[in-house]
Amino acid sequence: MCIDCGCAEPDHNHKHDHEKTRKIRVEESLLAKNDRLAAVNRTLFNAAGLLTLNLVSSPGSGKTTLLEKTLTDLNGRYNFAILEGDQQTANDADRIAATGAPVHQINTGAGCHLDAHMVGHGVEQFDLEATDILMIENVGNLVCPASFDLGEDLKVVVLSTTEGEDKPVKYPQMFRAAKLMIINKTDLLPYLDFDIAKCRAYALQVNPSLTILELSCRSGEGLDSWYRWLESASAEKRKNNEMRS
Amino acid sequence: MHELGITQSIVDIAIKTAREQNAVKVLSVSVEIGELSGVVADAVEFCFEACIQETFLQGCRLIIEQIPGRGLCDECGAEVKIDSMTFACSECGSYALQRTQGEELNIKELEIE
Repeated sequence: MCIDCGCAEPDHNHKHDHEKTRKIRVEESLLAKNDRLAAVNRTLFNAAGLLTLNLVSSPGSGKTTLLEKTLTDLNGRYNFAILEGDQQTANDADRIAATGAPVHQINTGAGCHLDAHMVGHGVEQFDLEATDILMIENVGNLVCPASFDLGEDLKVVVLSTTEGEDKPVKYPQMFRAAKLMIINKTDLLPYLDFDIAKCRAYALQVNPSLTILELSCRSGEGLDSWYRWLESASAEKRKNNEMRS
Repeated sequence: MHELGITQSIVDIAIKTAREQNAVKVLSVSVEIGELSGVVADAVEFCFEACIQETFLQGCRLIIEQIPGRGLCDECGAEVKIDSMTFACSECGSYALQRTQGEELNIKELEIE
């Protein structure tokens, strides 16, 4: 038996192909490229001292409406900049532009999420030094955007009452990655079977430290709690920036 | 389908490394994918075939090691097995589980000629 390869050939003339081969250790994260670019974005955002939120949800939960409301109601209190991610159209950017806030639309084409590279280029035209809060509205998708760090301070997941209360346990990755969950369209609760207590319980199972707010962009109910949350998140960011500098 | 982007990263890193090593051929690429990483190994396998067409990696084999999920319970201290749908400690029922293993997403090794 050949001691090199263990074959049983008596006439041992075959080549040992494996002798030419070698193994190379690589040990690199598959998200390393995105993570590197996200770190660059984060450094840029921190240097400019702004709070950056990555808004994620399924399509149609009301992210754009929440932004429109926020920009209108808090006009003059903060300087916002908005990045809009969608596969196609500039419809959302047009809606945001109507509020007067600076906005840039990123179309991902076939892509199902924003990545750090797109965001890095997307913010180029904003005056970040003059911005207090950068909102990134991700592509409507409860799966893929969970894995891609954009350099944000935190993810805000929006869930609407028409979607069913079990979304947090169906898409745990996203609800685990978020710091804040907004339950939107609470004005529709009387017409739906949506169990809000169950929804909260599911969300906390997946992520025990998740903050949860309930609101309706349509009726305005609960929006004040979101504005208070924004105020404290923005204040905390400013405080951290001062400690760093 | 974020697996396509992930797979493209595998291909990019493998080609870059192989060229640095003056390889003439890449026989296999080994990666580890944690079961809690949110990346589906089957989908990566599917994408890999498509991504390596007409590249330096054509004909290369993809070896995927799947890493099972494990967690540490903050409540009772038990070390338990978890999957992506487990949120409670199997010992005490608490949801205070810290993930200790299963979120890996790494390229480990190349076999080159």
